[in-house]
Amino acid sequence: MTAATPLLSTRGLTRRFGGLTAVDGVDFDLVPGEVRALIGPNGAGKTTFVSMLIGRIAPTSGTIALGGRDITRLPAHARVARGMAYTFQVTSVFQRLTVAENVALALRRSERHERAVQAQAAAVLARVGLEAQGGATAGALSYGHQRLLEVAMGLAQSPRVLILDEPTQGLSDGEIAAFNALVRSLVPETTVLLIEHNMAVVMALATRITVLNAGAVLAEGAPEAIRADARVQAAYLGTD
Amino acid sequence: MEFGPHLMLALIEGAVLSAVLALMAAGLSLVFGVMRVVNVAHGEFYMLGAVIAWFVAAGTGGGPAPAFVAALVIAPLAVGTLAALADGLILKRIAYDPERTIVATIGLLYILQQATLMTFGPEARPVAPPFNMRIALPWLARGDEGWGLVWPWGLSVTTYKLFVIAAAAVVLVLVRRGLTHTRAGLLMRATQIDRETAQAFGIPVGRVYALTFGLGAGLAALAGVLIVPVQQAHYLMGGDALLLSIIVVIIGGLGSLAGTIAAAVLIGMSEGIISVFFSPTLAKIVATLLVAFVLVFRPQGLFGQRPR
Amino acid sequence: MSERGRVILLHGGLLAVLLALNWVLPDYHRGNLARIMVLAVYAMGYNLLFGYTGLLSLGHALFFAAGMYGLALPMQHLGLSVAPAFLAALAAGAAAGLGVGLLALRTTGVAFMIVTLMFAQAGYLTILLAGAWTRGDEGFTIPQAARRIAGIDLTQPAARYAAAWALFAVALAALLWIVRHRTGRVLVAIRENEDRARLLGYDTHGFKLLATVLSATYSAAGGAAFALLFGYAGASFATVQYSILPLLWVLLGGAGTVIGPFVGTLFMFYLIDWAADVTPAYMLLAGLALILLTLFLPLGIMGLVRRRLGWLP
Repeated sequence: MTAATPLLSTRGLTRRFGGLTAVDGVDFDLVPGEVRALIGPNGAGKTTFVSMLIGRIAPTSGTIALGGRDITRLPAHARVARGMAYTFQVTSVFQRLTVAENVALALRRSERHERAVQAQAAAVLARVGLEAQGGATAGALSYGHQRLLEVAMGLAQSPRVLILDEPTQGLSDGEIAAFNALVRSLVPETTVLLIEHNMAVVMALATRITVLNAGAVLAEGAPEAIRADARVQAAYLGTD
Repeated sequence: MEFGPHLMLALIEGAVLSAVLALMAAGLSLVFGVMRVVNVAHGEFYMLGAVIAWFVAAGTGGGPAPAFVAALVIAPLAVGTLAALADGLILKRIAYDPERTIVATIGLLYILQQATLMTFGPEARPVAPPFNMRIALPWLARGDEGWGLVWPWGLSVTTYKLFVIAAAAVVLVLVRRGLTHTRAGLLMRATQIDRETAQAFGIPVGRVYALTFGLGAGLAALAGVLIVPVQQAHYLMGGDALLLSIIVVIIGGLGSLAGTIAAAVLIGMSEGIISVFFSPTLAKIVATLLVAFVLVFRPQGLFGQRPR
Repeated sequence: MSERGRVILLHGGLLAVLLALNWVLPDYHRGNLARIMVLAVYAMGYNLLFGYTGLLSLGHALFFAAGMYGLALPMQHLGLSVAPAFLAALAAGAAAGLGVGLLALRTTGVAFMIVTLMFAQAGYLTILLAGAWTRGDEGFTIPQAARRIAGIDLTQPAARYAAAWALFAVALAALLWIVRHRTGRVLVAIRENEDRARLLGYDTHGFKLLATVLSATYSAAGGAAFALLFGYAGASFATVQYSILPLLWVLLGGAGTVIGPFVGTLFMFYLIDWAADVTPAYMLLAGLALILLTLFLPLGIMGLVRRRLGWLP
């Protein structure tokens, strides 16, 4: 296996809340072009870990680096500007604005010309299958479509790293299939980090899986190896 | 008068102010604690207490004492009822949204203030205290034979002012016991701690809110009745009172009656002292900036807990 | 017609009508409308922070007064002429906005409202304390001879109206440009969902600070123009009432719309003007209006119009 410079890495990343250690000294490397799934039981620290990656929570100790440069002290908006994108676990779009405006806002950080913004917004919406909904109010969309809008807003930023926090929750089977196809089309230009509970999605998309349990990395490797791992089965998957 | 007795006089005046302020601030703190809204019209409830006291005194014969007792009962009840009505008609309809509540209570402020201007008029009018004996106070001074008590001219307090301090203390104790020992108080504290859970337990949150808002207004009106024999009743007297109450509530920290009282004593005393020795305008500037900086840098106040 | 065309037609048309009225209106109404246009600039400044960014300040009188005294004091005590004094006023407003913003933006919601209120109160009290220069509540007048620019006597009704119109036109055009382009869009995003806006890569604190400084500068421009055109500076313009009025005007006219503030100012000005003839308690109407607006008409007049005309900025 060729050694690629990690795109996103952490060393000893820790977060404590009073007496509770939610994330415990995690070393993590995300390689360019991969689809990494982060799985584990509830309370394993997945969302806390990812919140520290994107900058919503400050770590108690440890470091985070993006493209080799230390971003531990960098505020969230600056990390996004450096090429990270994040979709919320609980859908957080601009409810009262139109679908097109939601995507346009994601584009305007880097694109200055309004006509280009409008054109690119339409293209992004078409890519996720929402091109017919451009003029609709975001809050009026179905839950599944709002999730897709979130993903569209992430795509619009052309990020280096796209972090998806339980993106398929609440989606129908057909929507999940479309989502899988979309993610596959993103790599290798975009690297994807995916928190997921839906093991079918994980197996279909992931090139590598990291298993988190009680705040620490329990196992890490190729999907088949993880599925066969006895410790992972005991902690999370259950035996077949 | 020398410095010592002068300071003591300032402290006594400050104590009276603190007492009245504590009542007003307790009312404001209660409303914010239980309902999570800031009532900008709180000062006007205080003003209404004073104005209604004047009307009651003007309307009843039989001397200042019975008129005062009548006012003590009528004004808080009337103002409390008015407040409960405002809660039901306005605040409930806007679902206690913080921003809209501030706008609505600003509107209420102007309505109450201007309606008073139209009926009561722009002048300040006095109300006679029910009793007003002057008590000369001693001061320790070094004389020819060593230390002894002297009675400096001008160093005195009136029985009424002592009564105000005592009355405020009694009412606050009653309020505290009411909150901790009655069912209504329990419902209020439960709603303050966790509104959703309280509702889930079947507590009539709407009625608790109306009661709380009325009680808060009643306390302010009571403060107004108590102070009016000392100051005069004037339609603009709510403004300063509101400002000072906000200062006390913020510095004392929310959810802490003890903190509110401590802050009221602190603010009342320092207001008194600074006003006597420096310019009252400067005192107010210091006070307003203090509130701003406390909110910016230490939002839990000096005594409160950090918000969850 | 394109959306851009409609926007230009509407706002350009309004400006053209207002300009033409200079030759049509009788003196009394012409003076009123000049006042309204200047106060509308104040309201537009308030709207930028409240309607577009979603921050409710209760202390904007501080910025209005910064402009008023920022112009009047140098003219009175330093003999400055109109143009540099106006620039000084704008600088004073921007500085006040920056100072208040850096502190107050560390709080949110109700705390933000109280902090802004407190700073404005402190400002008012400082004006009183500095009575030796400011003449406190009584205020002072700026002599007629000083109120000239480029040889034009601004105390003459026609010139005064034209000057008010010019300021209003520039302010309106600038506001229209801001809200229709990137900055305005980001401010709206911050209002709608600040967390999301931040995670789209926008420095939301920086944008809020920018909005505060712009808002303060607009308000100061209104205050300076008021002192210049009507020849008076007084502490009453720094009181709480003058912080509440722009909120009222914007709520009535339509928060988050460009011409809403003007509509609200126009309406309330005449309503209060009429009421003041009837009773000294005319602010009762203001109080009633605030309650009715927040209960039944939270969108305001132009906000309702925008429901039908979606392109209204």
